[in-house]
Amino acid sequence: MTFEDWIFSIHLLFAATLVGSLVMSWIVVVSMRTADTPATTLSLHRVALVATGATIVGLGGVIVLGIWLSILRIDFHPWDGWVIAAIVLWAVATAALLRSFVEYEKPARKAKALVAAAQTGASPELTALNRTATGLALRSVASLAVVLIVVDMIWKPGA
Amino acid sequence: MLAAIRPDNQSFALLLHLVGATVVFGALLACATSILLSRGEARLLRLGYFSLLLVGLPGLILLRLAGEWLYRLQSWNKLPSQIDRPSWLDIGFIVADWGGLLFLVALVLGGIGVSRLRNGKGGSTILLRSTMVISLVLAVGYVVAVWAMTGKPN
Repeated sequence: MTFEDWIFSIHLLFAATLVGSLVMSWIVVVSMRTADTPATTLSLHRVALVATGATIVGLGGVIVLGIWLSILRIDFHPWDGWVIAAIVLWAVATAALLRSFVEYEKPARKAKALVAAAQTGASPELTALNRTATGLALRSVASLAVVLIVVDMIWKPGA
Repeated sequence: MLAAIRPDNQSFALLLHLVGATVVFGALLACATSILLSRGEARLLRLGYFSLLLVGLPGLILLRLAGEWLYRLQSWNKLPSQIDRPSWLDIGFIVADWGGLLFLVALVLGGIGVSRLRNGKGGSTILLRSTMVISLVLAVGYVVAVWAMTGKPN
């Protein structure tokens, strides 16, 4: 394996981490929709934190190694249309994901406040926060952008 | 690199193969993490198991079928018998097929564990922890497969 092969391989490992962590976070997001107590919310939040960490690692790794790869490879350039499209989609996905992390942090904060106030039963307010429409929309936009990046990477339009 | 010279008619099969692989990988991570962080909570134990059953299993089927489609499109099935298959392809088959069997073992153990959990019988945690360990082993296997199939070491 050449150095370039290693970079390509690690780039795709980061991509697998990113998409895999998105799948994982969707599982948690769907599960959160039926969570109505502070204990359930906080336990799902623990799992979500691992997914968030993996997503951040994946986002960082794919962009750094992706741009590096487009410089290393003779047949690709960072200014190629499909590379620029991927960078724009990555920026959209990153912005939407970072904003969605803030949205999904709100129920965890509320759950901690309820526990501190010794209110451990079901809370309609907590349920509403767990079912955040904004968070869901942001997560959907980010996931769509990531799927489009994968499509762009496979077909490489204009390359 | 194969990606650079791949004919367009293989792109859709590759997309499905990648989608299947990442869905399985995500489900394995969700399963292992949920059970690992469950602290005995039934909800997280169940979440771990059902991630594997409802998300991982369809992903594995998609990965394997699309992989087979790609294998045939690239005519690996027409390789003369005197020529050995490349090791990156063998690694992919080992992880998909033997890993698939291990995946089914994890599902069976986890299924018994979830059933015992529902009926309030003992032993569910150890069964679901076995599912978690298998999920972690499979996740490592998938990392090796991604490395082998993209880097194509030989």
